[in-house]
Amino acid sequence: MAVNVSTNGLTRRNDWRARGNIGYAAFVAHRISGVCLALFLPIHFWALGSSLKGAAALDQFLSWTDMPLFKFAEWGLVVLLTIHLGCGTRLLLIEFGRWQGLRKGWIAIAIAMSALVGALLAAILLAK
Amino acid sequence: MQTLAVRIWRGGADGDFQRYDVPRRDSQTVLDVVTHVQRVIDPTLSYRFSCRVGMCGSCAMTVNGVARWTCRTHVSKVAVNDTLELAPLSNLPIVKDLTTDMTVFFDKWASARGQFKGDKTRADDFANVVPETPARKAADAAIECIGCGVCYASCDTVSWRPDYLGPAALNRAWSLVNDVRDTAQNERLRAIADDAGCHACHTHTSCAERCPKSLSPTAGISGLKKLSARAAIRGELD
Amino acid sequence: MKPSTQAKLWYAQRISAMVLALCVLVHLVTILYAIKSGLSASAILSRTQGNAAFAAFYGLFVVAVAIHAPIGLARVVEEWLGWRGRSLGIVMLALAALLTAMGARAVWGLYGG
Ligand code: HEM
Ligand code: HEM
Ligand code: SF4
Ligand code: SF4
Ligand code: FES
Repeated sequence: MAVNVSTNGLTRRNDWRARGNIGYAAFVAHRISGVCLALFLPIHFWALGSSLKGAAALDQFLSWTDMPLFKFAEWGLVVLLTIHLGCGTRLLLIEFGRWQGLRKGWIAIAIAMSALVGALLAAILLAK
Repeated sequence: MQTLAVRIWRGGADGDFQRYDVPRRDSQTVLDVVTHVQRVIDPTLSYRFSCRVGMCGSCAMTVNGVARWTCRTHVSKVAVNDTLELAPLSNLPIVKDLTTDMTVFFDKWASARGQFKGDKTRADDFANVVPETPARKAADAAIECIGCGVCYASCDTVSWRPDYLGPAALNRAWSLVNDVRDTAQNERLRAIADDAGCHACHTHTSCAERCPKSLSPTAGISGLKKLSARAAIRGELD
Repeated sequence: MKPSTQAKLWYAQRISAMVLALCVLVHLVTILYAIKSGLSASAILSRTQGNAAFAAFYGLFVVAVAIHAPIGLARVVEEWLGWRGRSLGIVMLALAALLTAMGARAVWGLYGG
């Protein structure tokens, strides 16, 4: 197994074996989703802002988003948003709520919520 | 006789694993395995231990990729197909083989104001601390730390931000924040609200999952985040 | 950075996250409803134009996200790309300003456009 040695060359670093806990997986999901959402926002705002130039401009933008690839990206972002919401709520409860352990139940809720939203949205999109 | 194939890290940070065959015994701990190698196979192997009963905190190593205390970790619990991989703790400078330099680790306790500071003298009466108060319970929950460094080695925030104080030092600070006799509270909050302080924690919870004493540094860190952020808003940390 | 700056940034990010939790919950329902009932400019605008409650809600959403996202991104950049310090702070401030401006333009367009 490759050994990661940190840049200053004095220590060893953990590999995936040290990251097997579910709380770590929740962190990764929360971070990746947060970054994707943040990158999406300028595009989203730009699209909605095109309504300034009238309904036609907005419609033009929306017609692009009719492409299957866009639909899939849109679906993915909504699922990511739900994941970020679920994991984020867990963190806020850990940090601001009364201490009740690591609140792993909320990771399950985040997964269930995003599966539900993902299924609903897929059903709506496919029905079109 | 059944044998264990043990790969042990030899040398400094640029070292490598070397293989040793060690007889498998009943109720064998990982520390027993290391001791066998050092006593029987290669006396130049360096490692640390003292109490062998989970009190001193000196025997922690990376066992099959995960930081653990070795004196109380049974081989049966961690060996995969009769193999073990033993390395020094991550995130700490390697001295040699399985020993790391814990200086930074303990220096961070000091910079998180991990020392008690009171204002009573021996002439004063004992302080009365009621065990059932929330503060005392919080201190109790954090106080059994043996300073083994398992949490620190497991924390990726330490890897990514090497100046981060880390779970053990912050856990210690939390037990003192909840000590009603301590008189250095604002200084402590200032020390732990720094760039490399409690707010750097991302709640990976690796520390809480790995702590051999079943402490939850995550609990204390969450408490510190809130407490010091509110003090900062009130201007008490400037 | 002063010791208290990190703490205040953390607080701002968490308070904005609490606001966002509500906004996002509402937004998820809106998204599902909007996509189901058809996404055309006229459909969107008919929901939002002149609707002060919509405008206020999305205005709050924009402000919260403009606080929350740059602070969060800064942590990711510090830890995974190793870029820190003043220059990063300036870029993240600029990002916050950009999100606010673009978001305000969007809300203005939907409300008035
Ligand atoms: C990063 C998180 C967000 C995601 C993933 C997201 C996703 C979506 C999606 C998928 C739609 C459906 C229509 C479309 O594709 O244009 C939508 C509509 C919309 N979004 Fe967002 N959004 C986010 C954040 C925001 C924010 C911060 C605002 C604040 C202004 C906002 C305002 C709107 C509005 C006004 C609509 C149209 C609603 C309607 O049809 O009534 N969104 N969003
Ligand atoms: C719509 C927009 C949102 C965007 C664009 C967004 C973006 C981000 C980003 C980029 C991060 C940094 C990730 C990291 O440090 O690992 C982050 C962190 C965070 N987000 Fe969000 N977020 C949004 C909504 C929410 C909501 C609704 C909640 C709460 C329920 C939330 C709670 C949090 C928390 C608690 C953190 C801190 C995580 C940590 O320190 O590790 N966010 N967000
Ligand atoms: S909870 Fe905080 S201190 Fe513990 S491992 Fe995670 S980042 Fe490190
Ligand atoms: S908190 Fe637990 S893991 Fe960390 S040093 Fe103390 S005893 Fe070891
Ligand atoms: S040798 Fe003392 S804790 Fe393991």
